[in-house]
Amino acid sequence: MHLYDVPLLFALIGLVLYTVLAGADFGAGLWQLFAGRGPKSVRVRDHAHDSMAAVWEANHVWLIFVLTVVWTAYPGAFGSIASTLSIPLFIAAVGIIFRGGAYALRAGTSTPRELRAIDTVTAVASIITPFALGAAVGGIASGRVPVGNAAGHLASSWLNPTSILIGVLAVATAAYLAAVYLAADAVRLGKPDLERHFRARALGAGIVAGAIALGGLAVLHSDAHSLYHDLVEGAGRPALVVSILAGLTTLALVWRHGYEPARYSAAAAVAAIIAGWALAQKPIFLPGLTIEQAAAPDDTLITIVIAVICGAAILFPSLALLFRLVLGGRLDYAPAAVSSAGQGRSVLSASAPGVLARSAGACFVAGIGFLTAAEAGWTHALGIVSLFGFIILGFLAVAPSELARGDSEDQRVTKL
Amino acid sequence: MRCEAAFAMTAIASIVALAPVHQDYLLEARQMQALSFAVHIPLVCFGVAFPAMLMFVEWLYLRTGDELYRTLAKRWTKVMVALFAVGVITGTILSFEMGLLWPNFTATFGSVFGLGFAVEGFSFFVEAIFIGIYVYGWDRLSPRAHFASGIPIVISGFTGSLMVISVNAWMNHPSGFRLSGGQAVDVHPLAALFGNSYLWHELVHMYLAAYIVTGFLVAGAYAFGRLRERWGRYERTALAIPLTVAALAAPVQVLVGDWNGREVARAQPTKLAAIEGLPGTTSGASLHLLGWYTDGEIKYGIAIPKLLSLLAFHDPNATVQGLEAVPADERPPVNIVRVAFQTMVGIGTLLALIGVAYLAVRVRRKRLPKSRWFYRALVIAGPLSVVALISGWVTTEVGRQPWVVYEVMRTSDAVTGAGGIPVGYATLALVYLGVGIAVAWVLRRLARVPLELPASPPHSPVGD
Repeated sequence: MHLYDVPLLFALIGLVLYTVLAGADFGAGLWQLFAGRGPKSVRVRDHAHDSMAAVWEANHVWLIFVLTVVWTAYPGAFGSIASTLSIPLFIAAVGIIFRGGAYALRAGTSTPRELRAIDTVTAVASIITPFALGAAVGGIASGRVPVGNAAGHLASSWLNPTSILIGVLAVATAAYLAAVYLAADAVRLGKPDLERHFRARALGAGIVAGAIALGGLAVLHSDAHSLYHDLVEGAGRPALVVSILAGLTTLALVWRHGYEPARYSAAAAVAAIIAGWALAQKPIFLPGLTIEQAAAPDDTLITIVIAVICGAAILFPSLALLFRLVLGGRLDYAPAAVSSAGQGRSVLSASAPGVLARSAGACFVAGIGFLTAAEAGWTHALGIVSLFGFIILGFLAVAPSELARGDSEDQRVTKL
Repeated sequence: MRCEAAFAMTAIASIVALAPVHQDYLLEARQMQALSFAVHIPLVCFGVAFPAMLMFVEWLYLRTGDELYRTLAKRWTKVMVALFAVGVITGTILSFEMGLLWPNFTATFGSVFGLGFAVEGFSFFVEAIFIGIYVYGWDRLSPRAHFASGIPIVISGFTGSLMVISVNAWMNHPSGFRLSGGQAVDVHPLAALFGNSYLWHELVHMYLAAYIVTGFLVAGAYAFGRLRERWGRYERTALAIPLTVAALAAPVQVLVGDWNGREVARAQPTKLAAIEGLPGTTSGASLHLLGWYTDGEIKYGIAIPKLLSLLAFHDPNATVQGLEAVPADERPPVNIVRVAFQTMVGIGTLLALIGVAYLAVRVRRKRLPKSRWFYRALVIAGPLSVVALISGWVTTEVGRQPWVVYEVMRTSDAVTGAGGIPVGYATLALVYLGVGIAVAWVLRRLARVPLELPASPPHSPVGD
């Protein structure tokens, strides 16, 4: 492995995580659409929403991670991809607006009809977005994105057999992952009827996704022969085998109600498909462009690798905390069991408002002197520090909470 | 010898150089980008500033045990999460548009500025993770753990804006690379983004703006309630906290804005000339209030002699470079920049006056203002602060035109060659109109949820 491969590896890891995490989110949306009607459908839709609500934003940021790493480390390839595949990417972007917008809206809904309307919007967006992203990947994988500003065909680059195959596979995979996760959550929350509901769907969707994936090899054989060759007979073969095994293992686990391990084997099956694609296509990024040629200068590559490693050192413990809380049921709806926080202390114990106000005033004057009158960079820095000091000390001096407390006579005045 | 080395370097790199392509709809592409920013930036303000105000209220609860603060913090949390969700999606759109609309910009300079967005992505990540924990952790985590889960949101709000502004500052004042054969070589991303003297004033200006916009918008909502006779201690607290923040930040912003003006004068003289509408290079240049730039002069404006030189260079007789110092095709559209700038400064001054009035009443009378006119002013101060925010970005972004990277790459050379921009623009405009309506609807709904205050709050307001 060379330095120029490392950011791509990061991006692919990000893509795997996006597919298995946000994919499950899209799948949950899809199951909301097929929940039918009646009282049970409400529970199905609520379950699909509640399971994802705490994590969907974090899940979606993986896509931003992939985009930013690719445009930093392989800028020319990114520009070529984004311009030629502008239509599916724009469709995916609009789908993401609807998906996230529905989460924001759901907070304000009060009637079942509103809820149903919003869930339908969510669901439609949840089918369109993975399809469009999958179709874009199909365009890259089948070598239809040449180097250049919109140099490829704007329609056939993503409306072609390989793209449609990968788009449909993305939707089926999302449905499958979501059903497995939702069945696992149903067990944790003690909802046996929902467990049965999603178990049946996990098995069905798993079989459908597997059939599409295997049947799709025939599509690749005719439409993207070199990809087929490298995937089935070349470097991608081990990954393909792993994916098939992981897929079968997941089905067996779901059959036997072992949902927690099934979460991971299902994710592994998806990860192996993406790894297989990467191995099959290596070292070609786009037609006529190798990964080495697409890579940014070494300084940038080193910086981005260090940045990602440092970022990961913060990110993964945070993510682990989030998922531990979510999967441990710590963030589930529960009767409030709050230990009282109150210590009954006053807000400002020692500091006198007069001193604070005078210090704030002094900071403001110093800020004018350092920032406005003086001209050197270091005085400007001092000026900014002084002015922020003014804001903080001033805030303490104003003591807005005390102000609001002692203002009750004001009430009568407004009535006049 | 050196020439040869440079040639070899470009021979490798030039494989991925994307040639500029003619685009019939460049203006529409720019407007689409501007629309996306205009929708996203006010949400960013809430992402940066609202968590800090919320944390303060929660801290009050932890300290005093007064349930009123807890109720307020929980209700604000619902607002925060709804706005954050919309901020996530509008931010995602922006990162798509970097490639969809400006592939040559990203292809040429992604290696220089991309790092900023990558780190911003991590900030976004941390923010999303801890917002998830914070929102769903109410009543489920211990009070201290819950409070602690909010701290990373405040920090990542700051680092996120630092990263994005570092890219914008680089676009306005580019460095840290060398251009060779249409490719960026000798790239030093850290120096380009963080060794840039142009970063700091932009960052401080925007960070303060976030607190001002959030403060006035939130306070304005409760001021509106006061005009409708909703004025218990809950409402007064919810008004006083954001208002105090905004009232303190607004006068500071006047000073910071003046600092920004001096930095623009130093590094981007053409932008300054467009801001004032100064045709020829002039010593002792005057400043015009209002008016319209036409045929190389300001018509119908009020001239204040020597003020521009004084403000820009601290010398009433300093020479200020005019628009004519650069060829006509390197000048920004003067009136857009000028009107946007004057709008920002005018509103900013008004907001500072509102802030000073509030602080004066606090100091002299030791109470909240009583005049209905004050609260009416507060109601409009919120939307006005958003107008000032957008105007400020219009000033700096349109003022940079025709360059996307100042004096290095033209916007017309950055744009995509793909067709269909008008369709995309119209679609996005419609979708964002829907998003705007949806946000308004959700906020109204959240505001209408009946207030569940504890049975006997201390100093309870007089009932109706």
